[in-house]
Amino acid sequence: MEALSSLIHGLAIATQPINLLYALTGVLLGTAVGVLPGIGPALTVALLLPITFKLDPAGSLIMFAGIYYGGMYGGSTTSILINTPGESASMVTALEGNKMAKAGRGGPALATAAIGSFVAGTLATLGIVFLAPWLVNVAVNFGPEDYFALMCVAFVTVSATFGSSPVRGLTSLMIGLTLGLVGIDKLTGQPRLSFGIPELLDGIEVTTLAVGLFAVGEALYVASRRHHGEEKIEPVRGSLWMTGADWARSWKPWLRGTMFGFPIGALPAGGAEIPTFLSYSTERRLSKHPEEFGKGAIEGVAGPEAANNASAAGTLVPLLTLGLPTSATAAMLLAGFQQYGLNPGPLLFAEKPDLVWGLIASLFIANVMLLVLNLPLVGLWVRLLAIPTPWLYAGILVFATMGTIAAKPSVVELSMLVAFGVLGFLMRRFDYPVAPVVVGLILGPVAESQLRRALQINLGDPMVLLESPMSATLLGIALLALVAPFALKGMSRFKASED
Amino acid sequence: MDAQTKQPDRAAIAIAVFLLVVAAVTAWDASLLQIAPTYGLGPKMMAYVVAGGMAVIAIANLALAWRGDFPGRESYDPKAIVLILGGFAGLMAIIAFGGGFIPATAVLFAATAAAFGRKAVITDLVIGAVLAFAVYLLFDKLLTLSLPAGPLERLL
Repeated sequence: MEALSSLIHGLAIATQPINLLYALTGVLLGTAVGVLPGIGPALTVALLLPITFKLDPAGSLIMFAGIYYGGMYGGSTTSILINTPGESASMVTALEGNKMAKAGRGGPALATAAIGSFVAGTLATLGIVFLAPWLVNVAVNFGPEDYFALMCVAFVTVSATFGSSPVRGLTSLMIGLTLGLVGIDKLTGQPRLSFGIPELLDGIEVTTLAVGLFAVGEALYVASRRHHGEEKIEPVRGSLWMTGADWARSWKPWLRGTMFGFPIGALPAGGAEIPTFLSYSTERRLSKHPEEFGKGAIEGVAGPEAANNASAAGTLVPLLTLGLPTSATAAMLLAGFQQYGLNPGPLLFAEKPDLVWGLIASLFIANVMLLVLNLPLVGLWVRLLAIPTPWLYAGILVFATMGTIAAKPSVVELSMLVAFGVLGFLMRRFDYPVAPVVVGLILGPVAESQLRRALQINLGDPMVLLESPMSATLLGIALLALVAPFALKGMSRFKASED
Repeated sequence: MDAQTKQPDRAAIAIAVFLLVVAAVTAWDASLLQIAPTYGLGPKMMAYVVAGGMAVIAIANLALAWRGDFPGRESYDPKAIVLILGGFAGLMAIIAFGGGFIPATAVLFAATAAAFGRKAVITDLVIGAVLAFAVYLLFDKLLTLSLPAGPLERLL
């Protein structure tokens, strides 16, 4: 019940007019960038970091969270109406959603996606309300060695366990960790990997890396592949409203999708792709109309969309309670906290309850706003897709450079932006995941300082990592998660050779 | 899988070698660090751990590249890449020589649009300048961020 009273207190903060305005700005921006191809919530938050530096922390964070939720709603619109999902989490939605739109049932597909997102978002946010205080109580007793072990789990799961290829994911993570080394070591004041360049002494700016990888890299990649042909936008035809049968076929997938999405998002496991795929295959198996799958089954939109949103909400649990980001957008949100000198974790819940609970409460408000904005106004959002691609990407790059120049006005910083852009292009071309780089850059230095603190307290005895039961367990899980994909791959190869 | 795809992949080998070089540079840089704290581990430790991890991963990449196990790649248009990177080079040159934010951004806008197949360079330069003007007014004047100013911006 303590959680409920905190939530009610948070609602009082979130409904202050200025915070409602921040939330509205966030969900509008989030929906817009979710709809537009080539720009996602992680990039948007990265671009806004230097701009919001002087604004109120609570308001900015409410806006960032609105962008996160809004991006999830907007992404489904794009994947239903054009067959190119804006982000990997919406990939499954495109399977059935685009078929529905082609068959003239785009309206109900958009509706079940929006209402499903609302149901899942609301339930998952309730999940945050009850899970977060409990996790905070556990995390209060964590020592630095436990945090270090927890970060090892996050490193491995984000990069290796759930990617398409563990080697590729770990490569991205190592690139991120190497970039995290750059700059002055906080404990001894010695510069690492700075090569005497003054701009590098402060370390790599998260904004520059994220904008380079996401905006410049994406623009280079899309421009270089233009000759492969462009996707057609399906007009929204038919009624926007769902029939009784649509409702009857949607509500169970919504709930099941939420059950997949929230726990997987809340574990430091990363990625909204897994729950959406799980939800899709479950709905396909349970459906009374399996013959419709592949031709536009509404269950195949309802379930994955709910899973997608629930897992987005789920990632906020480790972010707020442990300071552990498990997706690119969560990593950018963490950078948002850090820019105001705030460190998510148990202490934040104790020291700034207004901020934390105001933020959580605003998630409910953002969800309601998104439902209202998305259902009746979907035609308006679709018009964003009419912006000619050349101007869209040119505009994205203009804002990208503006964000970088505003953060650090130097040619060295711009050169780094371009270099990261080329890196992002090569990573896309050679199929390396991009998110682990950002997570590695942000979390690497934190993990290092936790490890060194743990060793310092224990006079340099590394056994402390195994003597704390929590740390030993977590390191065991990390090791298991690292080895599992290789072992499973070996097993499947063994099976394949048997056939 | 046919024999064609299982050839050593030269571009992928180059990537693996580059990662090895990064690992070596990281380790070399760490070896130059002097001060060590009394207890626990110094700044060298993490650098060596990362360098070691990167070396292992680079070798794993090398093995994949050698066996031709990299994912297939589609053809790409190098002209588009050159245009966008050229746009950035123009932007940096204009800013470095004090040309200001608006002309620099207009050049980047037009170059990117050209990379995406637009042919009307003059029109795009004008659109880019108008967009940059709006951005400059909004962020520099209203939100008081400092964007680089040239002759044009000082008139505002």
